Amino acid sequence: MAVPVAFFAVFFAWPVVSIVERGLRTDDGAWRFGRFGETLSRPEILDVLWFTLWQALASTALTLLIALPGAYVFARLDFPGKGLLRAVVTVPFVMPTVMVGTAFLALVGRGGLLDELWAVRLDTTVWAILLAHVFFNYAVVVRTVGGLWAQLDPRQEEAARVLGASRWTAWRTVTLPALTPAVAAAALMVFLFTAGSFAVVQILGGPAYSTLETEIYRQTVDRFDLTTAAVLTLVQFVAVGAVLAVHARTVRRRESALKLIAPEQTAHRPRGAGQWTLFGAVLLSVALLILLPLGVLVERSFATSDGYGLAYYRALRSVDPSGTFLVPLADTIGNSLRYALVATALALGIGGLAAAALTRRAGRLVRGFDSLLMLPLGVSAVTVGFGFLITLDEPPLDLRASWILVPLAQALVGVPFVVRTMLPVLRAVDERLREAAAVLGASPLRAWREVDLPLVRRALLIAAGFAFAVSLGEFGATVFIARPDNPTLPVAVARLLGRPGELNYGQAMALSTILMVVCAVSLLLLERLRTDRTSGEF
Amino acid sequence: MLTLKDATVRFGDRAALDAVDLEVAEHETVCVLGPSGSGKSTLLRAVAGLQALDGGRVLLGGADQAGVPVHRREVGLMFQDHQLFPQRDVGGNVAFGLRMHGVGRAEQGARVAELLDLVGLPGAGRRAVASLSGGEQQRVALARALAPRPRLLMLDEPLGQLDRGLRERLVVELRQLFGRLGTTVLAVTHDQGEAFALADRVVVMRDGRIAQAGTPLEVWQRPASEFVARFLGFDNVVPATVGGAAADTVWGKIPVPEGSARGEGQILVRPAGVLLGAPEDGLVCTVEARTFRGSHVAVLLRPAEGPLLEAECALRDAPDEGDEVGVTFAATEVVVLPDERR
Repeated sequence: MAVPVAFFAVFFAWPVVSIVERGLRTDDGAWRFGRFGETLSRPEILDVLWFTLWQALASTALTLLIALPGAYVFARLDFPGKGLLRAVVTVPFVMPTVMVGTAFLALVGRGGLLDELWAVRLDTTVWAILLAHVFFNYAVVVRTVGGLWAQLDPRQEEAARVLGASRWTAWRTVTLPALTPAVAAAALMVFLFTAGSFAVVQILGGPAYSTLETEIYRQTVDRFDLTTAAVLTLVQFVAVGAVLAVHARTVRRRESALKLIAPEQTAHRPRGAGQWTLFGAVLLSVALLILLPLGVLVERSFATSDGYGLAYYRALRSVDPSGTFLVPLADTIGNSLRYALVATALALGIGGLAAAALTRRAGRLVRGFDSLLMLPLGVSAVTVGFGFLITLDEPPLDLRASWILVPLAQALVGVPFVVRTMLPVLRAVDERLREAAAVLGASPLRAWREVDLPLVRRALLIAAGFAFAVSLGEFGATVFIARPDNPTLPVAVARLLGRPGELNYGQAMALSTILMVVCAVSLLLLERLRTDRTSGEF
Repeated sequence: MLTLKDATVRFGDRAALDAVDLEVAEHETVCVLGPSGSGKSTLLRAVAGLQALDGGRVLLGGADQAGVPVHRREVGLMFQDHQLFPQRDVGGNVAFGLRMHGVGRAEQGARVAELLDLVGLPGAGRRAVASLSGGEQQRVALARALAPRPRLLMLDEPLGQLDRGLRERLVVELRQLFGRLGTTVLAVTHDQGEAFALADRVVVMRDGRIAQAGTPLEVWQRPASEFVARFLGFDNVVPATVGGAAADTVWGKIPVPEGSARGEGQILVRPAGVLLGAPEDGLVCTVEARTFRGSHVAVLLRPAEGPLLEAECALRDAPDEGDEVGVTFAATEVVVLPDERR
C-alpha cells in the first residue's frame, strides 16, 4: 500500500498542487483566493464551463441512446462473428484520442469524405465532437452494461412472467432495476471521459469550441496565465471528485447480490421481427459510427495526390526538412512502444500492489483510496504534464532530462485501468481457497503463487493490455514532457495536423493507421484471453 | 493428540469460543455438535491456526501451537463447501499437499492413485473439478485432506450439502475408513444423526461453551441439560419437584428412575415413555396432530395444563386427531435434568 500511495503523492498530487500553488500564490507567499471569483465571473470562462458541461451531458446521452441497444445485442443475441465484432467496437476505446480526432477529421473535416461527396463539413460544429465521443465511448457502455446483462438469469424474468407480468412489465420491474447501477456507472464513466476530453476537442473543435481541458491548455501554453489555469484545474478537480464519489456508490451497489450465471446460457439467435430489426440497427450504427471512421482513416493514408500509394508511409522514413522533428517519424513508433512498455510495467507494479492491498482490507479509508486512484483519469492531464515540468526539474528529483518522465506520466493513467480490472477478480478469489492451501502446507507466498496467480493471470494480461493501450495513446501530459528529439506517436500526429500541407496531413493519417493497427492487434490478442466473468469494468 | 486449554476467541463482545477445554486422543473420532453460531467452526479454525486465539492454548502432540503458522501445523481440514482448487484437476487437487511437502513426483502419483482408490474414485485423476457431483467433490476433498497424512483430520460439516441417502451411506464409509487408517478425527456438524453415527465421542456446544461431552449413547440417554435435550429433539421437558420415586409436575405425578436427585429441577420424558390409554386411566389429553414417521407415529397431545406432549406409538394403536386419551409415563424413559434456572 505504501508504494502506490507514495507514487501518487509524488507523481500526481505534488505536480498538481505545485501548479495550483504557482497560479494562486504571489511571490510574497499570500494566497489570492479572490482570483476565484474574478476568474469564474469572466464571461468567456463561463462559456467554457457551460460548454464543457452540456457537451459532456449530450455526449453521454447520445452514447447511451446508441450503445444500449448494442449492449442488449451483445448480451442476449448470438450470431457468427460476435467475438470479432466485440473486439472491433472496443478498438476506438483503446485508440489514442488524437487518432479519434484524426479519424473524424478524415470523415467529416475539410477535404474529408463527406466534404468530397456532398460538401458536408462538420468539423467546426459540435456534432463532430459528439459523434467522436460516441465512437470513443461506445465500448464502455457495451462492456459495462452488456457484461452484466449477459449474466443476468433470464429465469428471473420468466418467474415474473409466470406471476402475471407482461413481457414489458417483466423487463421493467426485474431486468431494468438489476441493470440500473451498471448503466449509471457506465454513464458516469462516459461523462468523466467526455468532460475531460482534450485531443478530440482540440482537433475537431477548432477555435469555436473550448472545454475546460483545452482552455487549461490554452491558458497555460498560449497565454501563460497560470492563475486562470489553476482556478480551472481546481474547478475540474472538485467536479471530478464529485462524479467519482457518485461512481463509487453506484459500483458498491452493483456489487450487491445479483444471481449471475454463465453468459453462454443467456444468448440466443435473433428471433422475430423486433429482434432482427434491432440487430440490423445495431450493426448499421456500428458500421457507420465505428467502422466508417476507421476505414476512412486508412483510406486517407494511402490516398496521395497521384492515386493510391505508399508515399506517405515512405515519407515517414526520412527526416522532416522543416525541422519540426529531429528524427524520422518512423522512429517515433519505436519510441512510443518503448515508453508504453515501461509505463505498462510501472502501471502493473503500482496497480497490482494497490489492488492486492485493496482486496485484503475493506473499510472506508481503503474504499476512498479506491476512488482516488481514478482521479488521474478525470483530472487535467495538461496540468499533470505541466506540473511534472515545474516540480521534477530540481533536486531532490531532477528528472527533466530523463526519458523516464514520459512513462511515469503515462503510467499514471494506466494504473486506474489495472486496478479496475484486477480488483473484481482478486475480490472474487475465495479467501478459503487460500486457507485450504495453507492447511495443506503452503506458506502465504506459496499460497499466493499456487492459488491467486493462476486465477488472476488472465486478468493480469488484460490489465497489461489496457495499460499498454492507454499509455500508447496518452496525449495531454506527454505533449508537454516528450522532448522534441523523441516524440511519441500521438504527439507527432497532433503536430503534423497542426501544420498545413498535404504531406503533413497524409503522414498524420499514415502514422495514425500504424497506431490503430498496433492497438487493434493487441486488443484482438486480449480478446482471445478474455471471458466475461474474469473481466473487470472495462 | 489434541488438547485445548481455556481456548477463547472473541468477535467484538461476543465470545465465539469461551474457555473451551477439549481432549482428542490418538485414533479417536470426536464430533462437535451444536446449532449454527455455537462456535463449532471457530473451534476448527482455531486448531488449524486460521483463527488466532484471544486466550488459552492449543496443543498438538503435546506441543503448544502458539506462533506456529497454519502451513506448519500438519493438520488436515476439509472445508464445508470443499474449496477444491478450480483450476486444477482432481489429481492436481489431491497432490497439492504432497507437493507442498516436497514429495517426489513418482511418489505423488502413487499416493494420489492410492487415495482415489480409497475414496472410491479410481482413475478420476484427470477429471475437471467442475465436472464432479456433490458426492464426488466430497470424496476428492477427503482424499486431498488425507494425502499428506495429517496428524489430525478435521471435518467441517463433512456431509452437510449432500442428499440424505448419500449422507447415510457416506457416514458408514467414513467411519470404516477412519477405523482402518487409524486417523485421529475432529468433526463438527449440526446434524445429530451424523454425529452419533460417526463419533466415538460427542461434544455438544452452546454459545462457545461445551454443554456436554460423552459417548453418543451417554449423551442420547442422559442429556445433561434442557438445552441438550431440546437440541436432540426432545421437547417433553417440564419443571418438576422430585421426591423419592416420583416427581410433581404440571402434568401430574411422573415416576422417576431410582436414585434420581431430589429437589427442584426439570424432567424430560422421551416420547417412547409417554403411554396412551383410555381417558379415565391417566392425564387427559386431546390429540392435536399425528405425523407418520415410517416405523412409528408421532402424536402431539394437548393436556389441560402445561406444554404440549409428544408421544410415540405404533401405527395401529395411534389415535385420530381430536380423540381424547389418558396418558401415563414409564420411569425408564424419564431423565431428571439439572435446573438451569438457578
